[in-house]
Amino acid sequence: MSIWLDSNSKIVVQGITGKNGQFHTEQMLDYGTKVIGGVTPGKGGQETQGLPIWNTLSEATDAGANVSCIFVPPPFAADAIMEAADSGIELIVAITEGIPALDMVKVKKYIENIDTRLIGPNCPGIITPGKSKVGIMPGHIHRRGDVGIISRSGTLTYEAVNQVTEIGLGQSTCIGIGGDPVNGTNFIDCLEAFEKDNNTKSIIMIGEIGGSAEETASEYVKEYVSKPVVGFIAGRTAPPGKRMGHAGAIISGGKGTAKAKMNAMERAGIHVSENPSELGKTLEEIL
Amino acid sequence: MNIHEYQAKGLFEQYDVKTLRGIIASNSTEAAEACKELGGNIWVVKAQVHAGGRGKGGGIILCRSPDEVYEAADKLIGSRLITPQTTADGVEVRKIYVEEGCNISRELYLGIVLDRERDLPVIMASIEGGIEIEEVANKNPEKILKVHIDPITGLGDWQARKIAFGLGLQGNQIKHCVKFMKSLYKLFVNLDCSIVEINPLVVSSDDEIIALDAKINFDSSGLFRHKEIEELRDVYEEEPLETRADKVGLNYIKLNGEIGCMVNGAGLAMATMDIIKLHGGEPANFLDVGGGADSKQVAEGFKVILSDPEVKAIFVNIFGGIMRCDFIAEGIITAAKEINMSIPLIVRLAGTNVELGKQMLSESGLDLISADDMNDGAIKAINSIGGNA
Repeated sequence: MSIWLDSNSKIVVQGITGKNGQFHTEQMLDYGTKVIGGVTPGKGGQETQGLPIWNTLSEATDAGANVSCIFVPPPFAADAIMEAADSGIELIVAITEGIPALDMVKVKKYIENIDTRLIGPNCPGIITPGKSKVGIMPGHIHRRGDVGIISRSGTLTYEAVNQVTEIGLGQSTCIGIGGDPVNGTNFIDCLEAFEKDNNTKSIIMIGEIGGSAEETASEYVKEYVSKPVVGFIAGRTAPPGKRMGHAGAIISGGKGTAKAKMNAMERAGIHVSENPSELGKTLEEIL
Repeated sequence: MNIHEYQAKGLFEQYDVKTLRGIIASNSTEAAEACKELGGNIWVVKAQVHAGGRGKGGGIILCRSPDEVYEAADKLIGSRLITPQTTADGVEVRKIYVEEGCNISRELYLGIVLDRERDLPVIMASIEGGIEIEEVANKNPEKILKVHIDPITGLGDWQARKIAFGLGLQGNQIKHCVKFMKSLYKLFVNLDCSIVEINPLVVSSDDEIIALDAKINFDSSGLFRHKEIEELRDVYEEEPLETRADKVGLNYIKLNGEIGCMVNGAGLAMATMDIIKLHGGEPANFLDVGGGADSKQVAEGFKVILSDPEVKAIFVNIFGGIMRCDFIAEGIITAAKEINMSIPLIVRLAGTNVELGKQMLSESGLDLISADDMNDGAIKAINSIGGNA
């Protein structure tokens, strides 16, 4: 078991003919992900890497696609997400970085009443090791196991994955929820799914400065999560008012500090690691 | 991205958001002429810097004659303004805005921001004008009125009226306030703003609603569709090294420590700063080289880090995903050839093409310290400059 993604997932890549789309489609296929084709409007009927290209998402869902991975450039990405949602895609993974926040506000409103799940944007994607990888994470560092990982960051997730693998454990599913201020799936959605998933025995949750998602997620953990959770918050040394790379990583008006988030986690019984290279060690100690 | 008050008011005018008339000046003669052109017998001279709290720092001066305007401009231009939001050194005032006076009957607060908890724009208003909204939020949260806006339908008249009545406005003030807010919301959406703040928003003695101050912050991700806004950027208000890094597509933020950092990914870059601090060191910067950087960009990143005279060692922390370790290695080698790297260089590589990257570095003959993981790297970086981690 795992959450949201398994070996039966059929993936369509939106923006498959772009540089990133092409490269990562190849990487996903190498990993064994069932990519069944791609969408690039105007290039329908052509082929790439032995896969069909369609003009619209409905053609992809007609062919059986139920998961979409989006590499469409920022000006057109919000449109691509809405097209995927409208055509019946169950899981939309938006990798694109730099989508205007107000575009995402509209997207969130649009998909509110549609039965679909959006991960991202500005995220590494989702991987269920050994089964399927939808996104840009390096597949080879992962190993099948029972630790669920949720993170707002990309490379910091790889760091956590690597540490888990090094202590001899593996991952059930790893999800990068993205570094933008307005995103789809949040920490709570993932926590809820991991709590229900029989194959997930523990959870690592990696947050960062900005917003209050970690605080609300901590309250959720306290109430509803029985599995052990290890936490880390990036940005203790970040100056206020500065955007630290991610559009959402900013301390504004004294809100969104690492300290407040770590305190919230600790109050909820989450095992907070102060050292980002000791996530694996912290997990090992509590198990 | 931030802009100056006078630029924000220029945009307000385009969107029919009422402001007072004003003229920008870069010397005292221009300022004195500006007040004659504006007419009247009272003017306000305002320092144009991005930092807030200008009033408290003495950057806003009320004048009653062209001579006073001349003197105020003379005092401000070229001086360094220190406000609660600047460093102790303050910021240089290069321009001032001369604005006509106005009979104020009430001072209010009005702002539009993106509410990250609800994923919707929210209008915030308060009868406590002239005070920082964070302070009001802490002490009297009940004094802040909030209305969330549906992005599809936009701001409804009824919502704007709710705020106007909530602020205790009456008669014609209501009508003017509704129009004002609708125009302001239009500007917020059309220009991809992340914050529009008016503090104070004033009610004049003849019932007009006027923006006395104007602060706009733009969503950087929206700038690609607003070239006209990009042109309003004032590089003098930005850290020169940050501007230089930005030009080559690197995300760099200068801090005050001694250990320069080069990392891929924003989260890992923050965590690298944190781990240096955890072991008793001080990071000199945040630098995310991103996932798609080439060796040229990496080399430029090195040059930016080394341009900071405080930097005494550099810690390169890469977990290759999209970013390949051999690209980083090539960038390090290229940079080392171009600049004389005389400070310790600590390198930790992991992930995609790590073996190739390590091999390239060892064959290059560069004098560097290699680290097993980020913890080891942080400790070695601190110890390389005489620290004891």
